[in-house]
Amino acid sequence: MGYMNELEEMAMKLSSEEIEILRIIEENHKISVESIALMVESSEEQVRKTLKKLEDEKIIMSYPTLIDWSKVEGQENVIAMIDVKVTPKRGVGFDEVAKRIARFPEVSSLYLMSGAYDLSITIEGKSMNQIATFVSEKLSTIDNVISTTTHFMLKKYKHDGVLFTSGDDQDRRMVVSP
Amino acid sequence: MMQDYTRYVSQTGKDLKPSGIRKFFDLAASMEGVISLGVGEPDFITPWNIREAAIVSLEQGYTSYTANAGLLELRQEISTYLEKRFGVEYDSNNQIIVTIGASQGLDLAFRAILNRGDEVLIVEPAFVSYGPLVSLAGGTPIPVSTSPANGFKVTPEQIEQAITEKTKAVLLCSPNNPTGSTLTKEELTEIAKIIKKHDLLVISDEIYAELSYDEVFTSFAAIEGMYERTILLNGFSKGFAMTGWRLGFVAAPKPLTEVMLKIHQYTTMCAPHMLQHGAVEALRNTYHEVEAMKRSYRRRRNYVVQTLNQMGLECHTPGGAFYVFPSIRSTGLSSEQFAEQLLLEEKVAVVPGNVFGESGEGYVRCSYATSMPQLQEALKRMQHFIESRKLVKN
Ligand SMILES: Cc1ncc(COP(=O)(O)O)c(C=O)c1O
Repeated sequence: MGYMNELEEMAMKLSSEEIEILRIIEENHKISVESIALMVESSEEQVRKTLKKLEDEKIIMSYPTLIDWSKVEGQENVIAMIDVKVTPKRGVGFDEVAKRIARFPEVSSLYLMSGAYDLSITIEGKSMNQIATFVSEKLSTIDNVISTTTHFMLKKYKHDGVLFTSGDDQDRRMVVSP
Repeated sequence: MMQDYTRYVSQTGKDLKPSGIRKFFDLAASMEGVISLGVGEPDFITPWNIREAAIVSLEQGYTSYTANAGLLELRQEISTYLEKRFGVEYDSNNQIIVTIGASQGLDLAFRAILNRGDEVLIVEPAFVSYGPLVSLAGGTPIPVSTSPANGFKVTPEQIEQAITEKTKAVLLCSPNNPTGSTLTKEELTEIAKIIKKHDLLVISDEIYAELSYDEVFTSFAAIEGMYERTILLNGFSKGFAMTGWRLGFVAAPKPLTEVMLKIHQYTTMCAPHMLQHGAVEALRNTYHEVEAMKRSYRRRRNYVVQTLNQMGLECHTPGGAFYVFPSIRSTGLSSEQFAEQLLLEEKVAVVPGNVFGESGEGYVRCSYATSMPQLQEALKRMQHFIESRKLVKN
């Protein structure tokens, strides 16, 4: 199999301070540069420089916000995960077809997988109908796509490390203790 | 008819002083919207794998007593942990007892070694339980004050000055509650010389061992010649975020463990069975989470220390635990006045330093085991408190 072609992107060596800054903003990107500087015992200027470098290197890819749209009336989305089998193309493997699929705005994530199928796609739409249309008209008509299996998501319990239902975020401690 | 209970209450019970923290707790608990920097425990919830292991244990029906010293499986894990992490070897068969927190370990240690009138040197500022526990065991607590000039680290001279022919043991706590001070291997080695010279024991409270930020933590038992003289106390409360589980352990030379085990079996029988299964999991599979918590505390420490210093509340950089101990002398207020007024006016709770001993007067303990947004807000309020009253005089 040609998996290695797709996996060969180089990882970059960072200093422990740079890694620490990444961990801090991964938790909360709204934190001020001033606070970050204090936390890593560095200067604001240095932190700004580091952030710029990490953005330029595309190690920091973007600063998204995790929103629970299901709580907003009229904004609830239908989400589906689709397993896709693909015939890889000579010379370019899975990359070409994956990149094509990824460009559709309905596609919110796309991964190359080991195992029974090749691509794992997450689609968001307004209705089941809209997603079904996308699968039948856009996805399965692509050359090299052999088959698709669509799973509709019923409920989110955890997303990107954030629990949607738990009491873990409550502070149950007494106000003062030894 | 109201009974007059005073005639029933023991003299020991009457003599025991209420903790200074209690008063403050009552005040803070009666108010709303308080941000507390007064909490002596992690803001993390116990990692899920540990909670899960205890749930599974309950599901499988582990609801009986265990061996008095604790599950052998857990003692073996503790033994491995102590050896791998701190380089000290204890036999899981007869040198380790699983206790109800380090708190019970302290009680066992004092009861096992003290005769009436024996003195225990307590390095202050200190955790509030030490003195009362020494007294309850019939001993006499002797405070040894440390100095802020030395970052509240005790020196061999300070210890030696307090030694009398009645001195039996020295209580050391590093990283320290409330000051966060952490003794280096070299500093411990110097202290060890005094311990040996005067033929003393050390009760080493190592409950914050996992939370040492700048130096590799050194157990007192690992100092040359001190293994034979150390009662080592540790537990799961702080490093593993398991305060409510009430699980700790004591490790010591066999003749001392034997005595402690006798006391333990009569007073306690054993620690809770299902929770001990959680502790086994904690020691086996929680390394990465413990490291992540430690990194998080370290960041917050850096933030708080610098911010307090910037606003004129001087403090040293504590090497461990999750407390900073800033001086509030520049405000002209006493520790209690400062803490009370800050609470009433700005709704920020800190603990007045004097509850940890006389040498804590002029200081307050701020715990940074609180989320960054809360910390930021609390420090903003403290700044406002100081500025609005032009408290800091230069
Ligand atoms: C220095 C020190 N020793 C012991 C304890 C008690 O710990 P445990 O929960 O294991 O009883 C604490 C808790 O605050 C502490 O700060």
